[in-house]
Amino acid sequence: MAVQQDLSVFVHHHDGIDGMELAVDGIRCAGCMHAIEKGLKRDSSILSARVNLALKRVTVEWREGVLRPEAVIERLARLGFKAYPFLPSEQQDSVTREEARLLRYLGVAGFAAMNIMLLSVSVWSGNASDINPVTRDLFHWLSALIALPTAAYAGRPFFESALRALKAGAVNMDVPITLGVVLALGMSVVETWNHAEHAYFDGAVMLLFFLLIGRYLDQLMRRRTRDLAGNLAALKAETATRFERDGTTIVVPIAAVSPGDLVLVQPGERVAIDGLVETGRSEIDQSLVTGETMPMLVAPGGRVHAGTTNLSGALTVRVEAAGSGTLLDEIDRLMAQAVESRSRYVHLSDRAARLYAPLVHATALATLLGWIAFGLPWQQALIIAITVLIITCPCALGLAIPAVQVVAASALFRRKIMLKEGDALERLAEADMVVFDKTGTLTLPEPELLNADSLDVDIVRQAAALAAASRHPLAQAISRAAGDPAPVHAAHEHQGLGLVALVDGSEMRLGSVSFCEAQAEAELVAAAFPTTSLIAWRHGDACAVFAIGQRLRPDAHACIAALRQLGLGVMILSGDREAAVASVAQELGIATYRAAMRPDEKLLALADLAAGGCKILMVGDGLNDAPALAKAHVSISPVSAAHLAQAAADIVFLGDSLAPVAASILIARKARRLMIQNLWFAVLYNAVAVPIAIAGLATPLVAAAAMSGSSLIVTFNALRAGRGAVSTAAERTIS
Amino acid sequence: MNILVILFPLALGLGLAGLAGFFWCMRTGQYNDLEGSGWRVLQDDDLIDDPSPRTNAMREPERAR
Repeated sequence: MAVQQDLSVFVHHHDGIDGMELAVDGIRCAGCMHAIEKGLKRDSSILSARVNLALKRVTVEWREGVLRPEAVIERLARLGFKAYPFLPSEQQDSVTREEARLLRYLGVAGFAAMNIMLLSVSVWSGNASDINPVTRDLFHWLSALIALPTAAYAGRPFFESALRALKAGAVNMDVPITLGVVLALGMSVVETWNHAEHAYFDGAVMLLFFLLIGRYLDQLMRRRTRDLAGNLAALKAETATRFERDGTTIVVPIAAVSPGDLVLVQPGERVAIDGLVETGRSEIDQSLVTGETMPMLVAPGGRVHAGTTNLSGALTVRVEAAGSGTLLDEIDRLMAQAVESRSRYVHLSDRAARLYAPLVHATALATLLGWIAFGLPWQQALIIAITVLIITCPCALGLAIPAVQVVAASALFRRKIMLKEGDALERLAEADMVVFDKTGTLTLPEPELLNADSLDVDIVRQAAALAAASRHPLAQAISRAAGDPAPVHAAHEHQGLGLVALVDGSEMRLGSVSFCEAQAEAELVAAAFPTTSLIAWRHGDACAVFAIGQRLRPDAHACIAALRQLGLGVMILSGDREAAVASVAQELGIATYRAAMRPDEKLLALADLAAGGCKILMVGDGLNDAPALAKAHVSISPVSAAHLAQAAADIVFLGDSLAPVAASILIARKARRLMIQNLWFAVLYNAVAVPIAIAGLATPLVAAAAMSGSSLIVTFNALRAGRGAVSTAAERTIS
Repeated sequence: MNILVILFPLALGLGLAGLAGFFWCMRTGQYNDLEGSGWRVLQDDDLIDDPSPRTNAMREPERAR
C-alpha cells in the first residue's frame, strides 16, 4: 500500500517560488554534489538546486505549485540519495546571527588593529630617531580616530558581559578586560592631548582583536555541533498517520500535527504524540519512558504518551500535545528538579578570573600608591598604574581556553563525537565514576534473536517469513535474523497472542508460548537464556522457541576495560528487571549495579554518589534517563537515544561502538592539561611583564610585543590538543 | 612630510575597501560552504552543454586510452 505523505509544512514560499531545505544522507565528495545538482536540474520544473557540501544539505527551489515537495525526495531517491526535509529552528537562527555579529566585530577590529599598527610602528621608529612632535601628535590623533569608534563597536561583547557580571555581583574575565581597554583608551587620549610620547591605542585594539578571535572560535565550535545535530534530527524526524476530514489517512511530519487531530497508531509503531485513545485496544510498551518493561493495557479513554511503543492493536488517538510539547508529567517534573539541583559548574576561566582580577587590580593600586610615596607626581604615577593594568590584561587568558576547546572538539568530531558545550570537556576530564544505563546503552537498541545457533536454519527461515507479516518488535527481530524474507501471504494476527497462517495445508503459528503450546521446549530455552523474551513457533508437530533479547554492544568489554585502565569506577543503574541487569553486569564484570530503578530513584542514586564526592559521568539513552543525564556532572548519549535524552546530554556520539566514551575522556583529560598549562603560561608571562610595567618601562612597543608573543605561545600550545599522544593512546586503549 | 596627506588616506581607503569586501562576502553567503566551492571549479558542466570541436578533439585521445 502506497502511503500518502504530506510535507508541505517544510516548504517556504517567496515571490511565487517554493523552496525547501533537505538534509541528505551520504553526500561525501564533489562527485555526489555534482550528481545531485545535475540530476535535479535536468528536471525542468526545478529552478535551482544547490548543495552545501560542508553542511551536507541541499536547497531546492521550484515555481510555486508545479511540484509537490515529496516529488523532490523521490527524485533524490532515484539519484541514490536519501533526503530528509529540514526545518531550521529558531534557536539555530539566533546562533547564526550571533556568529555573523562576532565575525563583523572581528573584521572591524582586525582592520583597525592593522591600520593603527601602521601608524604606531612609524611613531616608534620615529621616537628612536628624530620624529617631529607635530607629526607624532597627528599620528596619535589619527590612531584615536580609528581606535575609539572601533572599541565602541567591536568591544560590545566584552562590555556587555562585564556589566552583566557586575550587576550579578560576580567577576568574570571580561571585567579586567573592559577596565583595561577603557582605561588604556582614556589615558591615551589625555596623553595625546598633552603632546606626550606614548599612546596605547594599538595595544587596546590589538587586545580586542585577539580576544574576539577567542570568542569566535568558541562560537564556531558550537555552531558546527548544532549543524550536525540538526541534520541528525531531520534524519530521525518522526511522522504520524493523520485522519483527514474525508476519512483518508496521510503521513505527516510531527511538526504538522496539532492538538485535536485524530491519528492512527499501527501496532509496532512508536507513538509520536500525547493523546487520548478514541478507538481500539492494545498493549503499550512504556520501557523507554518509565523503564517499566511490563506492557500496559490501554482501552478507549486511556492515555498514551510520546516515546512509547504500540505493541499489539491499532489505535486511533485524539492528539493532546504534539512535537516538543509531548512529555510525561513525571519526567517533566524530574527534569526541572534535576536542572535546578545540579550545582552550577564554574568554568576554569571564571575560576582563574576570580583569582586574577583582584590580584591585578590590587597590584595596580599598589603601584600607584608606591610611586606617589616615592615622590612622583600623581599624574605620572597614575599613568604607570594604568600601564600595569594594560599589560596584565588577560589577552592570553582569553585565548588559552577557547583555543584548546576548539582543537579538542575537532579531534572529537573526527571520531564522530559531538560536543554540545565547550565546558563539557573540563567536566569530563574531572569525572571519576561512570554510570551506565543498560538497555540501549550497554546493549544495542534493537532486540535480537540470541539462540539462532541452536536452531535449525530452515525453521528460522519459515518462522521469519511468518514474522515478517507482523510489526511487533519481537517478530521483527526474528525477521531480521533471517535477513528480512518476504512475508507469508494471508497471515492473520490474533491480538496479544500471535500470528496464524495456513502453510502447506496445515496451520503455522508464531506467538506466545501458550498460544503455540510449546511449554516443554520453552522451559529448556528459558533455562539457557533466563533474561530473554520467548516467542514460540509451531507448524504441525514441529515446534521451536526463540529467545529474543538485547545483545551487548560489540566492544562493551573493551570499553569497560579501557575505562578501568583510566582509573574510573564503573556501575550500572537500570530500569530493567534484576535478572536482566545482573546477567549483563556479570558478563562485563561490573560489581556494582542496581536494577528496577524508576527515573526519580536514578536521580536519588546520583545525588547520593555526588554527595560522596564522586564526579559522575552518566551514559544513557532512554527518556527515563533524561533527568539523570541532566543531573550528572557530565553526560554522554548515543545517537540512537530518545530526543529528550540527547537534548539533556553534553556529548552525543555516533555509531554502534562504545569506544567514544573512553576516547572522549582521554581527549578531555589532555585538553584540560593543556588548558592548565596555558593558564600557567599566562602566569609566567605576567611574572615577567608586571615588574617591567611597575618599573614604568612598559612602552607601547613592549606592551604590543608582550601581548602578541603570549597569545601566539598559548595558541601553539593549544594546537597540541588534537595531535600525537591522544590519537595513538586512545586507539591503543580501545583496540 | 606632505606626502602623508596622500599616503594616509590611501592606506585607510585600501583597508576600508578590504573591510567592505569582507562584509559583502558575509552578506552574500560566500562563507556558507567552504568545501563545496573549491570543488565546483573543477566541474566541466559548461563543456557538455556546448560541445565545440576543440573539446571533442581533446576527448578523443582520452577515450582511446
